[in-house]
Amino acid sequence: MAGDVDAFETAAREVNAEVTRTTAGEFDAAMEDVLVDPAVGTPLPYHGVSLPGWVETDPSPSDLAAAATGVTSAGLGVVESGSVVVESTAAGEDPTSLFPERHVAVLAASDLVADVSAAVEHLAAVAGEGRDAVIETGPSATADMGALVYGAHGPRAVHVVVIEDR
Amino acid sequence: MSSREQKAAEIRRLLATEGEAVSENARGFNRGREEATAELDDYDELKATARARKEDAIERLPELIEQVRESVEARGGNVYLAEDEADANAYVREVADGADVETAVKSKSMTTEEIELNEALGAAGVDVWETDLGEFVLQVAEEAPSHLVGPAIHRDRESIAELFEAHFDPGESLETADDLTRFARTFLGERIADADLGLTGANFVAAEEGTLVLVTSEGNARKTVTATDVHVAVAGAEKLLPSVADLGPFLELIARSATGQSLTSYLTFLTPPGSAPTVDFEGDEMGAPGDREFHLVLLDNGRFEMREDEQLRETLYCIRCGACANACANFQQVGGHAFGGETYTGGIAGGWEAGVHGLDSAAEFNDLCTGCTRCVPACPVGIDVPWINTVVRDRVERGADPSRFDFLVDGLAPDAESGGSLQKRLFGNVGTLAKVASMTAPVSNWLVQSTLGKWALARLGVDPRRDLPQFRRRTLRDWFESRGRTRVANPEREVVLYPDVYTDYADVERGKAAVRALEAVGVGVRIPSLPESGRAPLSQGMIATAEQAAERVLDGLEPHLDAGRDVVVVEPSDLAMFRRDYDRLVPERVDRLAANSYEVLEYLHGVLANGADLDALADLDGERLAFHPHCQARTLELAAHTEWVLEERGADVETTTAECCGMAGSFGYKQEYYELSVAVGEALSAELPEDRRVVASGTSCLDQLADLGRSPRHPVELLASAG
Repeated sequence: MAGDVDAFETAAREVNAEVTRTTAGEFDAAMEDVLVDPAVGTPLPYHGVSLPGWVETDPSPSDLAAAATGVTSAGLGVVESGSVVVESTAAGEDPTSLFPERHVAVLAASDLVADVSAAVEHLAAVAGEGRDAVIETGPSATADMGALVYGAHGPRAVHVVVIEDR
Repeated sequence: MSSREQKAAEIRRLLATEGEAVSENARGFNRGREEATAELDDYDELKATARARKEDAIERLPELIEQVRESVEARGGNVYLAEDEADANAYVREVADGADVETAVKSKSMTTEEIELNEALGAAGVDVWETDLGEFVLQVAEEAPSHLVGPAIHRDRESIAELFEAHFDPGESLETADDLTRFARTFLGERIADADLGLTGANFVAAEEGTLVLVTSEGNARKTVTATDVHVAVAGAEKLLPSVADLGPFLELIARSATGQSLTSYLTFLTPPGSAPTVDFEGDEMGAPGDREFHLVLLDNGRFEMREDEQLRETLYCIRCGACANACANFQQVGGHAFGGETYTGGIAGGWEAGVHGLDSAAEFNDLCTGCTRCVPACPVGIDVPWINTVVRDRVERGADPSRFDFLVDGLAPDAESGGSLQKRLFGNVGTLAKVASMTAPVSNWLVQSTLGKWALARLGVDPRRDLPQFRRRTLRDWFESRGRTRVANPEREVVLYPDVYTDYADVERGKAAVRALEAVGVGVRIPSLPESGRAPLSQGMIATAEQAAERVLDGLEPHLDAGRDVVVVEPSDLAMFRRDYDRLVPERVDRLAANSYEVLEYLHGVLANGADLDALADLDGERLAFHPHCQARTLELAAHTEWVLEERGADVETTTAECCGMAGSFGYKQEYYELSVAVGEALSAELPEDRRVVASGTSCLDQLADLGRSPRHPVELLASAG
């Protein structure tokens, strides 16, 4: 398992995502390091883990537009590609991970899968239930303006926080 | 200006204005693909699986359409099967009317380009904004995409900065790519916030779940859907797959094939109306997911006819990655504004344009596919793009009218074709021409180089700047007979050396060298009289003539195969006929020939690896060589054999990466393409260090490199001792 986290971290850094490894006990301190104010977020489903109270968890569109950070859970992490899978609910994971300049994805180490094909199997079930999801690999990017630029329409930076004991 | 002169002028203009940016981007994508796919252990298996799934999906298309209709409707969405462009546009206009749409935002979609949806909605009073940054640049510049994946690759940073400054007067200097991106993001962010309708395409549509999969990097497709209450997705019907579970290999392959990324930033799975809230920036309210209205427009527009067309059907497997364009030496120089039709660009555009817009659109650029085959291994679903373009050429030519210069070709053209351009019939009948020219050499050579000869050839579209091959009175076979045939007594192995037109009548020295090298390692050689392989007519779209040639070659070779003799070929494009193209022309007869024919260096490698004496070949110690493998030899993975033999004999070999020399048979001789051919050749020449001796294996490569001032030799000429 620790080997998977190592491999995930290496792959995520290769696609220009940042990675912080933490535990449920250290989670609050880790959040203070990675969140940039103002932040919006969606509830985290991990036992004993929650967002700092100052993060807006019921954002209006103008909150989304003004936020520096959007923090969401990640349904899966993909070891081979360093991707996270962000699943949409009515709480707004999709806009929260998309509009702010910085996306913080919180991932439980137990939700790591080996490769894209494994993620696709999971996504077939998600789609079957009528839910949307995105496999997010690094920041939003474009080469259309004559050179590679991060932060095209989506986030300029992606930071994955891996909770190793969840 | 004649149409040839006009075509030449347009190519000249594009080479000068867009060539540099296109070349940098397309070659960068191509290198990226090679590196990214080399990292996959199971690349061939992924391709085979993806191919099989597409074949199955197209076979079951009517069933999948009904299935996706059920799954989308069960969730409250709508599916519309549009017969053609007008039908699709009318439907989307009706949706826009019904929702009182004033502004629409759109993510990148070639299918909406195909139906010209922006224009149709614009005429109905709806402003449509392209949110993909490349498409946005083109919308502002009022230009067409020059590439399937990177629509604005023909523009560099400076030209985009000038465009934005002139168009928007932004009040700040937009210099860096970062400045330009930020400006566009902010401008389009406002349009997205204002918009009432979100338009997307789809890379894949899963029938069972009613799921759209979008492969993007910028995040604009997600914003387009999230920030609007009405979502219309327009997709070609061929985008359907049975289920989300089928997507694995496609997602592994698509970005690697397109740009060399392992994955794009976002692989978005939308199952409308989906589970994400709508975001209403104007009212500053979040809405419930179910508030979103959804329409899936599946486009026929010729696709069902393509499905019934045995030759064009393969086009429907295309996943629009653009790898065929990036791997194409001609595309790398001129881009999609020359190498493209009304909508689609690159090699596969031949099939798409013929299918959705008709032969006229495909005919515009069909000649730019030279059949070099470098796109074939690049295609993630294994489409034989050159074959599609050959079929399109044949159909275009068979519809063409006879012309007043027919007399120049007719007497010398024993082809099986009716109609067709004289230029194509001239080059397609080169086998007969070479025979006549050889019998009458050197008079024929003087005649061809004379003012009258050049005049006649120019009428047929042969560029006077090219020197034509010098035909020899004494052919390879004459030489072989006069030396008493093979000089190996009681050989253990005996081969037929195929006397291709060029080796037999023009480049006789490389044929002699092949005989000597084979004999040096103990192989007995026979050179029977055999007809032309059919390569020349096939390259001109004369499929019936090529078929006849293939039958005749097999008639001549089968007795030798029966006697256990292998066939050794000097000219790689003829070996490619035996191994690849005959499978299309004479599928029931080809297997034995395909399995028992070898390129000459490939054969030498095999004999040497089986214990023949290496020292029997010339010592190349200290030789520094630059080796350019023929395009079709690259596709057949033959280059390594030549490298092995040369290196074993002591040479230091550097191999080029250029996909093709640009001569490509007759292409470089044609008046309208001469300058493009030279541009491709110069890109190759830039890879050949001055201090290395140049070796190349194809006639075309040798002629092109000689015209560019190099003095290339065939590798076998270095290996054979004189005698």
